[in-house]
Amino acid sequence: MIEHRPMVTFVSHLVLIFGVAIIAFPIWITFVASTHEAARMVQIPLPLLPGDQFFNNLELTLFKGLQGAGAPPVGFMMVNSLVMALMIAVGKIAISLISAFAIVYFKFPFRMGFFWMIFITLMLPVEVRILPTFEVVANLGMLNTYWGLSIPLIASATATFMFRQVFLTIPDELLEAARIDGAGPMRFFVDILVPLSRTNIAALFVILFIYGWNQYLWPLLVTTDQSMYTVVMGIKQMLEAAEQSPDWHQIMMTSLLAMLPPVFVVVFMQRLFVKGLTETEK
Amino acid sequence: MAEIHLNKVHKSYGEDEVLHGIDWHIRDGEFVVIVGPSGCGKSTLLRMIAGLESITQGEISIGERVVNDLEPAERDIAMVFQNYALYPHMSVYNNMAYGLKIRGLPKDEIERRVKQTAEILEIGDYLKRSPRQLSGGQRQRVAMGRAIVREPSVFLFDEPLSNLDAKLRVQMRLEIKKLQQRLGITSVYVTHDQVEAMTLGHRLMVLNGGHVEQLGTPIELYERPATKFVAGFIGSPSMNFLDANISESGKSIEFSGGNALDIPQSLSSQANRRLTIGMRPEHLRVDESKSQTTAHTVHVVEHLGADTLVHGSFGNGGSDLTVRLNGIRTIDEGEVLPLAIDPKNIHLFDPESGKRINS
Ligand SMILES: Nc1ncnc2c1ncn2[C@@H]1O[C@H](COP(=O)(O)OP(=O)(O)OP(=O)(O)O)[C@@H](O)[C@H]1O
Ligand SMILES: [Mg+2]
Repeated sequence: MIEHRPMVTFVSHLVLIFGVAIIAFPIWITFVASTHEAARMVQIPLPLLPGDQFFNNLELTLFKGLQGAGAPPVGFMMVNSLVMALMIAVGKIAISLISAFAIVYFKFPFRMGFFWMIFITLMLPVEVRILPTFEVVANLGMLNTYWGLSIPLIASATATFMFRQVFLTIPDELLEAARIDGAGPMRFFVDILVPLSRTNIAALFVILFIYGWNQYLWPLLVTTDQSMYTVVMGIKQMLEAAEQSPDWHQIMMTSLLAMLPPVFVVVFMQRLFVKGLTETEK
Repeated sequence: MAEIHLNKVHKSYGEDEVLHGIDWHIRDGEFVVIVGPSGCGKSTLLRMIAGLESITQGEISIGERVVNDLEPAERDIAMVFQNYALYPHMSVYNNMAYGLKIRGLPKDEIERRVKQTAEILEIGDYLKRSPRQLSGGQRQRVAMGRAIVREPSVFLFDEPLSNLDAKLRVQMRLEIKKLQQRLGITSVYVTHDQVEAMTLGHRLMVLNGGHVEQLGTPIELYERPATKFVAGFIGSPSMNFLDANISESGKSIEFSGGNALDIPQSLSSQANRRLTIGMRPEHLRVDESKSQTTAHTVHVVEHLGADTLVHGSFGNGGSDLTVRLNGIRTIDEGEVLPLAIDPKNIHLFDPESGKRINS
């Protein structure tokens, strides 16, 4: 729709700017808070312009952590978060690709039964099955390990379902051409199915990485050892653990740092991401 | 290069039998065409030869080997699909090379074969492109190239030209024919287009509802169709069919309007019998001498340039009849034309079974 009425343009921009401001303001405050000393952050009024302590705070937060708060250095927690998010994203994609491959391309007894079993797990996210899952993970001795953090979050119906839909759009003749060319099932999978799902894999990776990174409840349960803390739960820990008034400058710096990796992933994979969600041509 | 033997081949999907016992011997180097209406089982038969469908009953052999239990890749065949089935994420070069890579051919041999094939098909300039950057005709060539590089002993084509526009189809048809002559590889070609079938095939199989209606050369099928179905299917515009009776003497045919037509051979054994008479539009002519005349009331005239098609109703019975006259004729709607036909060009069919009666 193209219109040339200045009033409409003006109003719509106003609305947009207002919306952006609402979303951006808290992030601005977070940034501002991370650039001041601790003392400045407890005075009223709160500063609205950045101070000069950014790099100090950055170093303090990344490598020392909150003294007395029982939280490890944030750099450490970021590594944990990164490992967990990557394991979840990569694991989910790998498992879903393979199970969708089995469900779409192989005939075996109770095939649709298995499909529906996988599908029904959509109704059982971690939050719902948290106690039994904890029990299992504990019994397997996976508390305070990366495996314990990621495996229960890996099995995924959404991704399996999505890949199934992608595979169903790939014409049968492609499989037949590959069979005539002499490609066995695994070759077909590796040489043809996976490359053809490339954009979908990228889109899923973005979604799953953020999903994994933002996990809060599950890491809170399975990690008791400080060395396994993740950033997102770490922030909360900092707030509670502080005996005196909270160290806002460090907490805000941590929040800022925790926001960065998802932003990077989205920015770098944006093009593939959009393609993967909208592209229909095969 | 190889012969193909089909021995009482049946195919069922669950309870439904779609092919009811096909026997055929395709000779080495022959170009045969399977033709028939949609849903008659052409693709199914071809895919059984390719190994993409299981064989419910019967036996298929390629060369000396029975291939019933062999994988498609082991049958030494190559197939061209209707929608080309090119790998969309691979370049033209890789599309053609993929099968050879899997077979483990050395790199330089693959390159030599792909280059050589690309030259034959004149697609050398596109080797680095991806399929989506090609036109329909170019994709078609790449699909053929992918088949040719394998140097198979049998080519299988499933309606490879039906996605092309009319002009390109005629051009590619000619190229396929030349290519097959040059390579001399046994080829099985499936189409529902009778012109493609007539022009391409050394021999044709006309399939209808999973049964073989007739096997033979294009000329045999045209001149002596074994059934009414084949008669109507081969030739364009298709054959006219009229109901008629054989006279008591067995020497002439009587139409409902009282017209009669002498026939060359006496059919006295069939005297007084009802039958279906078939006449090709191109065999009917306007009769100046008025012997053997039958009245034809003109409804519509179509000018094709080289020919004129006259659609009208025949005799008093009013059955539809099409006549194809040479050149440009001025004929008015409503005009009554006296028509004649050389008796040797008429085809007689049993109205129930559709089988041919005259020899
Ligand atoms: N997988 C299948 N399951 C059940 N029936 C099938 C299957 N594939 C084909 N058929 C049936 O077999 C018959 C022959 O199909 P086929 O594809 O061989 O037809 P065709 O002659 O190639 O037709 P067209 O010219 O439309 O391609 C059809 O009646 C079809 O419904
Ligand atoms: Mg078909």
